[in-house]
Amino acid sequence: MIPPAIQITNLCFNYSDQQNLFTGLNLTVEAGDRFGLFGPNGAGKTSLMSLMTGLLPFHEGSIHLLGNSVERNDKNAKKLFGFVPQDFSFYEELTPKENLEFFGAWSGLGKREIEQRSNELFNILALEPVKNKAVKKFSGGMKRKVNLAIGVIHNPRLLFLDEPTVGVDIETRQEIIAYLKRLNESGTTLIYTSHQLSEAEELCNKIALISNGKIIAFDTLNNLLQEHGKQDLEDLFVHLTGKAYE
Amino acid sequence: MKLWATIQKDIRILFRDKTGLLLMFAMPVLLVLVVTGIQNNSFDVTHKSTLSIIVWNKDTGSISREFVDALDSTGLFHLSFYRNINEEKLRNDILKKNMAGSIIINNGFSQQILATSKQTAGRALQSFGLESDTTGTAFSTNKNHLKFYYNPALQQSLKASVEGSVLSALQIIQSQEVLKQLYFAINEAPLPDSLKKQLLKSDIGLEAIPLTSNGQATNLNATQHNVPSWTIFAMFFIVMSLGASIVREKLSGAFIRLRTLPTNYYISLLSKQITYLTVTFIQAVLIFTIGALVFPLIGLPALQLPGDIGGLILVTLACGWCAVSYALCVGVFAKTQEQASAFGAVSIIILSLIGGLMVPDFIMPQGFKSLSSLSPLHWCLQAYYGLFLQNGKLGNVAMYILFIIIIAVVLQLIVLLQLKRKRFI
Repeated sequence: MIPPAIQITNLCFNYSDQQNLFTGLNLTVEAGDRFGLFGPNGAGKTSLMSLMTGLLPFHEGSIHLLGNSVERNDKNAKKLFGFVPQDFSFYEELTPKENLEFFGAWSGLGKREIEQRSNELFNILALEPVKNKAVKKFSGGMKRKVNLAIGVIHNPRLLFLDEPTVGVDIETRQEIIAYLKRLNESGTTLIYTSHQLSEAEELCNKIALISNGKIIAFDTLNNLLQEHGKQDLEDLFVHLTGKAYE
Repeated sequence: MKLWATIQKDIRILFRDKTGLLLMFAMPVLLVLVVTGIQNNSFDVTHKSTLSIIVWNKDTGSISREFVDALDSTGLFHLSFYRNINEEKLRNDILKKNMAGSIIINNGFSQQILATSKQTAGRALQSFGLESDTTGTAFSTNKNHLKFYYNPALQQSLKASVEGSVLSALQIIQSQEVLKQLYFAINEAPLPDSLKKQLLKSDIGLEAIPLTSNGQATNLNATQHNVPSWTIFAMFFIVMSLGASIVREKLSGAFIRLRTLPTNYYISLLSKQITYLTVTFIQAVLIFTIGALVFPLIGLPALQLPGDIGGLILVTLACGWCAVSYALCVGVFAKTQEQASAFGAVSIIILSLIGGLMVPDFIMPQGFKSLSSLSPLHWCLQAYYGLFLQNGKLGNVAMYILFIIIIAVVLQLIVLLQLKRKRFI
């Protein structure tokens, strides 16, 4: 039996200046899902993402990624997932090829694997013509592609995506979404947050809405829309949170 | 594989930062050239007679001329003679022409020396039980017959040298006059020149010998002093580049991604250590090469490398590692690049001051002397001086290397504790 991609049980966490952000949070995301996490600003999306990726230590409860407990600096759990942060997370002085060489090595790949995977990604994401140019000279869309390529260089079974298409043109967004769907079809579970709700509708098959550190809705998009009698995700969001999506 | 990939990444980033490279290589070379050039001149001033002094002799007696000759024979001064000017113009000339100062011999100087000598000789004869008419001469004592105006920019040590030489010349003239008076009182004839020279001449010379570890003489000059000092300064100045590089990485998105990858962040710091240790080594090789080969071409003394090259390499690596550890420490604690650069630069200047790089520690006040042992740069300097100035071998500087390594290890532990505290490792 395949363990859930994410299993969060009784998670408790707070910042020193924000008491009880999460008090006994539970969440299960099945392997193979395209899961979208949404909520108003300050609801705890980024914190939850940081807890799941081990960037923040939690106080109580447990988080398992594909059956592996997330503890700080646990190498086994870290090998399973890739992370595509909202901020550009690479060295702008380096070329895409050099960035992939470095982050590939840090992801635990050998030289040959890195070379092979890099060539695949350059072709898929149309980075081949610019693979030897310094990233700092790239447009926002090209940088997003490099950001994504680094996150998937090691073929992760679980991919965390924080606003992966923010600031890119429509064409590049469609390229990225198409690639993410292909990735999911090949078995990678996607954990996604974005402010682009139309994009979320296109990409996600499961949705969770989070507000004040609590999951207030969790199901497939169709079930949620049916249950609440709403037309789209934005209407559903306003209905459940009482806030406009920004 | 991970470490090598990280070193490659660091080297690539380093070589694409042209300003950083200039700071690390061109700046120290320029600094060594300029400082050695300037200090070579000042080193010469204290060892050769190049202090320019104006002499204004208002006295008409022969003793004042003998005094000027005695002053000239000290070998410390280049004397210029002024006549018929006023003190205001003299002061202006000293400042405008950047001279060390002026000695004014007032009218009555010779008479004063003569009178004092007669009195001294008379008392001496009386104490021998001999009668003399020399004691009867009375002369009012005037201490203002000699004046020394000095340039306020003159260092205290140089001013003390001038005063010492003037008083020494005065002592010679006074002794000479007393001898003349005594000789005349006893023999009723003037003191013969040959006897005068013989009586005042000292057969005991002073040989100045620099201390060396192996007893062999070493060539002491501004280059031997400055090149090691400023090489250490340059090595520690990489705090500007390395400290800022760590902060830049910490603040970048790349750092967040690094923390989610199955590799310990200390690999990144280890890579930076290897990369920048290599940088410090190249800095040292570059500066030593310029000191040995380029300095003679521009009129500066050539750097003489120590006999123990193995020792030199080890000291250089120890100093480099200590410098890198210090920069890591600054980088790990600093929250912004500005903090790292500003604190790094100011702290290195302070540590080099108290470490004896700019002022020798043996002339520091006691409080600062005690502080100097806290500066890692002090131990680096002692190790280099042991090799460059004292012709020492590795064994002679092993204790200093040990101190340098202890400081580096302590700095590394502080770095590790801070990384643990911040949950980076």
